[in-house]
Amino acid sequence: MPTVIVNNKPVEIGASERLNCIQAAERAGVEIPHYCYHHDLSVVASCRMCLVEMGDKKPDGTIAMQPKLFPGCQTPVKDGTVIVSDSKKVKDAQKATLEYLLLNHPLDCPVCDQAGECGLQDYSYEYGRGYSRLQEPKNIKPDKDYIGDQITLFTDRCIMCTRCVRFTREISGTAELQVVSRGTHEEIDIFPGDPCNNKLAGNVVDLCPVGALCSKDFLYEQRVWWLKSKNSVCPGCSTGCSINVDQNNDVLYRLKPRENPQAQGAFMCDEGRFGWKYIHADNRLTLPEQRANGQTVSKDWDVILPAVRNALKEAALRAPNKFAAVISPWATVEEAYLLATYARKLSPTAKLAIGPVRTVGEDDLYPKDVHGKPVTPTKFTIHAEKCPNRRGVEAVLKQIQGSVIEFSSVLNQVSKGEIEALYVLGGDPEGWIADADVMKLDKLKLLVVQDLLASAASAKAQFVLPGGAWAEKDGTFVNYKGLAQAIHRGLRGPGEARPDGRILMELSEKPGMFQAPALRKEIAKAVPALAALSVGDLGELGVPLETAAAKSELQPA
Amino acid sequence: MPINSKDVEWVEEPPMNFWEATFLPAVIDGLRATGHHVTHFTPVTQMYPEEAAVLPRHYRGVHRLNRDDAGRVKCVACMMCATACPARCIDIVAQEAPKDDPKWADRDKLPNSFVIDELKCIYCGMCEEACPVDAIELTHIYDLTGMSRQEMLFDKEKLLSVFDQTKDSGLDPIRTHKGRLGPASDFQQLPTLGPATTVVGDDRSAKAASPGVIE
Repeated sequence: MPTVIVNNKPVEIGASERLNCIQAAERAGVEIPHYCYHHDLSVVASCRMCLVEMGDKKPDGTIAMQPKLFPGCQTPVKDGTVIVSDSKKVKDAQKATLEYLLLNHPLDCPVCDQAGECGLQDYSYEYGRGYSRLQEPKNIKPDKDYIGDQITLFTDRCIMCTRCVRFTREISGTAELQVVSRGTHEEIDIFPGDPCNNKLAGNVVDLCPVGALCSKDFLYEQRVWWLKSKNSVCPGCSTGCSINVDQNNDVLYRLKPRENPQAQGAFMCDEGRFGWKYIHADNRLTLPEQRANGQTVSKDWDVILPAVRNALKEAALRAPNKFAAVISPWATVEEAYLLATYARKLSPTAKLAIGPVRTVGEDDLYPKDVHGKPVTPTKFTIHAEKCPNRRGVEAVLKQIQGSVIEFSSVLNQVSKGEIEALYVLGGDPEGWIADADVMKLDKLKLLVVQDLLASAASAKAQFVLPGGAWAEKDGTFVNYKGLAQAIHRGLRGPGEARPDGRILMELSEKPGMFQAPALRKEIAKAVPALAALSVGDLGELGVPLETAAAKSELQPA
Repeated sequence: MPINSKDVEWVEEPPMNFWEATFLPAVIDGLRATGHHVTHFTPVTQMYPEEAAVLPRHYRGVHRLNRDDAGRVKCVACMMCATACPARCIDIVAQEAPKDDPKWADRDKLPNSFVIDELKCIYCGMCEEACPVDAIELTHIYDLTGMSRQEMLFDKEKLLSVFDQTKDSGLDPIRTHKGRLGPASDFQQLPTLGPATTVVGDDRSAKAASPGVIE
């Protein structure tokens, strides 16, 4: 095995691995500071922050050091490479580099949104000198708020790492951003009249190591040190991007991609990034409601839960074959399992259907060429299937029912009068029924709707149960390629909305509280296709369902 | 954290000598102090509220939000005061400075609303210390009364009016930067930064003849 020596510490790397000094040092637990380097982008070695001393260990044991410092991001390592990142020479270079990077930086940290998660702040504290010897006035460039619909540029804060430029050229392929002028007059800018509005544009804000590129959506909303972050999964499409949910005082402020090579990589699309606003929408269901003959009977959970339970029992006894439950592909695996087993316990012949699986257009592949055609290799995919958990819900339904019933066939049966009682577990912010079909629900004797947003359909229901949005509950989503990832409760829902898992636990009178890890173990035993969930805690990166059982159960999407 | 017994040093009281054991020196000392107060009578009681209280220069009373030379609120809504506040009585909502208004051309960010709950506040002065632009200061106003909790929530206009009220009172002069914005918000004239930390004597690059050249 090739061995690299980092700060006198030998580290073994894989024989076929192609690592640079930064990556090799990371294996040794040594941080080499860097701005322009990003593992998904090409290497330009322009920021000079990762300068290290390099050397070579000869077979006879002698070490020959190079006289000059080398950029760690651009220098590959091989067997016997010696990296020194803690010598005085390197530290002096880091101080000098930071002093140069800060020459024209306005140091307006108090008004800068990046303060608190800023590369300049962190490295200045860790590696910098703490003072500048610049005697001249700073070169202040005008701000550009026209970079994109969601992006604004504080030109003077930029350190010209060109990560954003390389992202638009290499990952999105749209190449809107560029460097204009030369030398100290270098600026990031767009081509006139061609703003950076591609569907991955929001990522340049995350990539920016300083506060130059800021998100207009998040601008001045919160200081980042107040945000509390929880690991979650973006529900926008079946890609299932790993994300962080950043909230404060139960208000969601932003979603940020969380790096996960098993899921999507390091980025996320703008549809997901800005598509969470319905969580705080005015038409969120905040109170449970029981209605009889169009009149509200109660708005109290303690009254309504037993009433729902009784009504479902009665309906299942009266007509066991006319009882159906619809589980949205926005529900977690746990909720699907709870509702499916509960419905089958009430009536062994209950029909279990998956809610409408919304697809919009076709899979959107990046990077694109100048004509908007995708280029291989694909680096990011926005899937057409706009729901997070079709595979998870289908796996549960297939196990419990043997097959998956489409929502449209349930709707047909409802209009024919073949279904009298319907329990709908929603969650899709776009609703679960077309406006034209709402009239068909009039034939139902019992309609229980557990959903996020008030709709024409929920207005018809005898029972309305306000559920939790995906950021408000614990659970599991299975993405398009069968990766099970955990979502976590980041914030509390509005009013008396409750996480759906809790509602279903209480309805089905299952002993104990809703705990996703414990429930996952139970599901793993009951559903062989989801046997991989037996670990309980899925960790940060999730667990692929690629066991033999899972492969036979689930066709690849 | 319990105190480690090896960190504790026990000190014995020195034994009294014969003269001290009679307690007469202590009695005489006490009588002398009493006599001094009789002969050199200076009243220390302040007849508040009949007479206005005399406060020390560093007294910490009601907050004010300072204005800059142009009369704008100095605050840049960085929320350092709200972060530093141990009582969590400061609530700030920031907004972007109006782009098309020349009055705000040199500013990026300003407070949309700035509310201090004067009832929650413990008047510790941490906000004043945290402020990078010297926008928030504590004044000598101590007799703060109100008929409801609501009116003790001081908003931006109220805090600015406290500034207008107190800036010429003599007790609360505009202390720093002569009414200019602090360095963090003054984009037109960014001053050369002095060393934030002391320069280490053996810092080779600090001694270098030209910047960035390391011998």
